[in-house]
Amino acid sequence: MGSVSAADVRGRVRALLAAWDQKADPAEFLRARFDAGLAWVHFPVGLGGLDAPRALQAVVNAELDAAGAPDNDPRRIGIGLGMAAPTILAYGTDEQKARFLRPLWTGEEVWCQLFSEPGAGSDLAGLGTRAVRDGDDWVVDGQKVWTSSAHTARWAILIARTDLDVPKHRGITYFVCDMTDPGVEVRPLRQITGEAEFNEVFLTGVRIPDAHRLGAVGDGWRVAQATLMNERVAIGGGASVPRESGMIGPVAATWRERPELRTPELHDRLLRLWVDSEVARLTAERVRQQMAAGTPGPEGSGLKLSLARLNQQLSGLEVELLGEQGLRYGDWAMVRPRSVDFYGRDAGYRYLRAKGNSIEGGTSEILRNIVAERVLGLPAEPRNDKDAAWKDLPR
Amino acid sequence: MTSPAIPDLLYSDVEDDLRAAVRAVLADRCGHAAVLGRIETAEPYDPALWRVLAAELGLAGLLVPEELGGQGASAREAAVVCEELGGAVAPVPFLGSAVLATTALLGCDTADPATAALLGRLAAGEATAALAVPLSAAPGDGFPATVHADGGGRLTGTVTSVADALAAEVLVVPALGPEGPGLYEVAADQVASERPVSLDLTRPLADLRFDGAAGRLLAGGDAAVAALERALLTGAGLLASEQLGLAQWCLDETVRYLGQRRQFGRVVGSFQALKHRLADLWLDVVSARAAARNAAGVLADRLSDPAEASLAVAVAQAYVSPVAVHAAEEAVQLHGGIGMTWEHPVHLYLKRAKADEIALGTPGRHRRALAVPVGLPPAA
Repeated sequence: MGSVSAADVRGRVRALLAAWDQKADPAEFLRARFDAGLAWVHFPVGLGGLDAPRALQAVVNAELDAAGAPDNDPRRIGIGLGMAAPTILAYGTDEQKARFLRPLWTGEEVWCQLFSEPGAGSDLAGLGTRAVRDGDDWVVDGQKVWTSSAHTARWAILIARTDLDVPKHRGITYFVCDMTDPGVEVRPLRQITGEAEFNEVFLTGVRIPDAHRLGAVGDGWRVAQATLMNERVAIGGGASVPRESGMIGPVAATWRERPELRTPELHDRLLRLWVDSEVARLTAERVRQQMAAGTPGPEGSGLKLSLARLNQQLSGLEVELLGEQGLRYGDWAMVRPRSVDFYGRDAGYRYLRAKGNSIEGGTSEILRNIVAERVLGLPAEPRNDKDAAWKDLPR
Repeated sequence: MTSPAIPDLLYSDVEDDLRAAVRAVLADRCGHAAVLGRIETAEPYDPALWRVLAAELGLAGLLVPEELGGQGASAREAAVVCEELGGAVAPVPFLGSAVLATTALLGCDTADPATAALLGRLAAGEATAALAVPLSAAPGDGFPATVHADGGGRLTGTVTSVADALAAEVLVVPALGPEGPGLYEVAADQVASERPVSLDLTRPLADLRFDGAAGRLLAGGDAAVAALERALLTGAGLLASEQLGLAQWCLDETVRYLGQRRQFGRVVGSFQALKHRLADLWLDVVSARAAARNAAGVLADRLSDPAEASLAVAVAQAYVSPVAVHAAEEAVQLHGGIGMTWEHPVHLYLKRAKADEIALGTPGRHRRALAVPVGLPPAA
């Protein structure tokens, strides 16, 4: 690491752009970008990267954006980029890396995540989906839930129970699941917003070749931790964000455009939230600076907690500020969005969708436990489920 | 919405070294027993400690340029000192002398030999000064009108609730003279000073009465107004770092205590109800650090951009003030009965935090100051 300079990267971007056929399928350009090592520069050579410092990615992105080059629409393939890819890189075989990473990054193959279950939410390690060895395959039966992108995904990262007789964290194995298998059934899960961004996924006799196992049998919990950790690390890789980014933007715009809605009480609340938003931006910037300096601290683990609270308070204020208009809602139709878009819709949608921010990806309560135990070093609550075999736990 | 570049929000190696040096002195000479033992005496400030910090470590001259005998450091380094002094509720006049009075003097004519000499003595720790404004004065308040100067530089009037004046030999006094606003240098022994009972035991106040005291004009007119404003803005920005230091101590000490205290056969820090409160407080302190570092960084790099400096300071004060108060209140509550006692030092932090909330502008005052600059005007 570190031998690649910003100048090297710029040279590679220039060569890539020189060869770009603007009339061709954008996927062709994206494949060429991957092969040039400019997909994710911190990845290894040959797998879309240059073994370069992560910070150089911002240089690549800025140059390509300036040239108007197509991107891989990262929001549409966030689970692949943020969770599947780093896990495959860390635990995959050479064959798995060569097969999966390129189409994952170009977006030609969408990924989803089959982790949560109806009976295993915050207590993910208690999951009950079974995988049973059958020759060179595993046969999987169970039910997963809250699966974004399942209806567009080609592949899934899946954790399933392969041993019932050991404590719950030790009997889990991590797989790559083919979403086109006939045993996979995806059903939309309609949300309080009216739309169905998530799915339920029923797995019945799904066959997964052992060659699609990630990591050792029984080591799936450790592999999954890598997936979940990477979700947080990714936050530090981005660029600085401008003032009034995020949910403060639409509320401030409404305040500016609609003077007749202003009241003294709403004004003070808006200013409090403006300050909180600005401080959240500075806090994220400080985390980014720590990552760039190679001295990451625990501060990043708090960003999601702050953001969830802010989004909920801001969107709640926005609906209230709108008065009579706040009584109305854009559209309850059950649509199937390809990605979450807070800003293409009305305040009521933002208010309802933001309720998920303190639930998805670790509830705020679980995150507070994590901060208290791992950052502050406070002891865990007494538990009776750590050492007992999974099959003996009350369910 | 414009977004100027965000300054470096991390701590440099030099700042880490400075912190370690200040912390070592405070650990050695400013234990809680010593502070508690001093606060009700006739000498609430610790002159011996201040001498070591001001003169030996050179903290009094941090903000003074080298050519005037100071360290030529910036608000960043001064902010690190404020964090440590806040974390120890140290009874020393750093904020009043090395920040408020010194910054006001730096806004005056430093080519004037007498002014340069005064700054040199302050920087060397040979003298201590205070800025004669109520501690509650905020940037943007306008020039005070409670003291008047005659054509001969004789000052008459009163200033109440002045911080760090009890420890000062020199006062920097805003007064209205025949030509309008002026900043005057007055020897403290020319002024009648009373010591009211202060909420904050470690930063006692003084009420000053000027009865024809001899003053030397330091700056007049717009220069005086600008010098006072710069001092209050710098003071408010650096106060956020003191508040951060207070909050961090309250968090650390409460975590430490709850990791030891046992009830119901368990360490009480294992109860989720308490862990969640501490996790939230940690998050508040993490955020406060970003806000305070930003204010210090903007004051260090872009004092020439008054709009941006005012904004960064207002954001820091509006955010960090309530965090410090909340941290101290949580510390009292989560310590249980011991937190209500005089012998436990947590009350010193609560009193400092609550006084700091009013000092140099309340959070509400700073929020209001933001409204128009960020384009969110009040209801008509």
